[in-house]
Amino acid sequence: MELTGYGDPDSGRLDATFAALADPTRRAILARLASGEASVNELAEPFAMSQPAISKHLKVLERAGLITRGLDAQRRPRKLEAKPLAEANEWLEQYRQFWEASFGRLDALLLEMADEESKSSQAKMLHLKTHAKKRRRAKPNRK
Amino acid sequence: MNSDKLQITTPSDREIAMTRVFNAPRRLVFDAFTKPELVKRWLSGLPGWSMPVCEIDLRVGGKYRYVWRQDSDGTEMGMGGVYREIVKPERIVATEKFDQAWYSGEAVGTVMLKEQDGKTTLTQTMLYESKETRDAVLKSPMESGVAASYDRLADLLGGTK
Repeated sequence: MELTGYGDPDSGRLDATFAALADPTRRAILARLASGEASVNELAEPFAMSQPAISKHLKVLERAGLITRGLDAQRRPRKLEAKPLAEANEWLEQYRQFWEASFGRLDALLLEMADEESKSSQAKMLHLKTHAKKRRRAKPNRK
Repeated sequence: MNSDKLQITTPSDREIAMTRVFNAPRRLVFDAFTKPELVKRWLSGLPGWSMPVCEIDLRVGGKYRYVWRQDSDGTEMGMGGVYREIVKPERIVATEKFDQAWYSGEAVGTVMLKEQDGKTTLTQTMLYESKETRDAVLKSPMESGVAASYDRLADLLGGTK
């Protein structure tokens, strides 16, 4: 029951971000870029993938605005763009916050319910006791 | 209160699961999930939102419908579905679809309640139509394999908000 994600003027971009993040290679590329910019060759190295295959992933990330190209014309290093990821993180954070707030209210409600239940069961006990007393009193006392 | 902490995990390709411990027996938690007057009390949404519609027909094949409204501008959002399985007080399975879903198709939600020593562990699982849908909803940044990297990313991104 996700309450968030509505009325977001940037939801198209958020979609692109999440779609780009849906692939493990692309996530690994982002994780690598988190520790500093890198060229296409440097990025291709840890993956058993051809350079064109890596370039394809880089294009998706670029289109989602998650990475940009650095200034060095020869190495053409890719670097991480923080904002879209921050937005995606924020969305998740909202999801978590929504549920934490809801469950916090549920805690309070459950406490109230348990309280009422114990009150009503005490009242029932009391009722039974009084009833039993009355019955006892009603019986003739034989010795 | 560590045991009360909300945990969000991805048990399979198409799922998102939340786990939370409540300090109450599960029959109370079950009621709080299935009686409209109680649901309204806690599932009322974000601050500034209210829940004008909360209808529950608690039987297999029965429908439920929730509508939230932003009090300031009247924006409404609704969702609903059909109950597929009801095992009181331990299990509820229902379909779930938002009126303006930003992901494709219907999801199936399962609420499981386990009780031990008077405490209830709630596991709420959402099963999406495909891995892609689940990923689109929120999975990717939580992928366990790169969780550490993402923690680093989070640190890095912390100052950019």
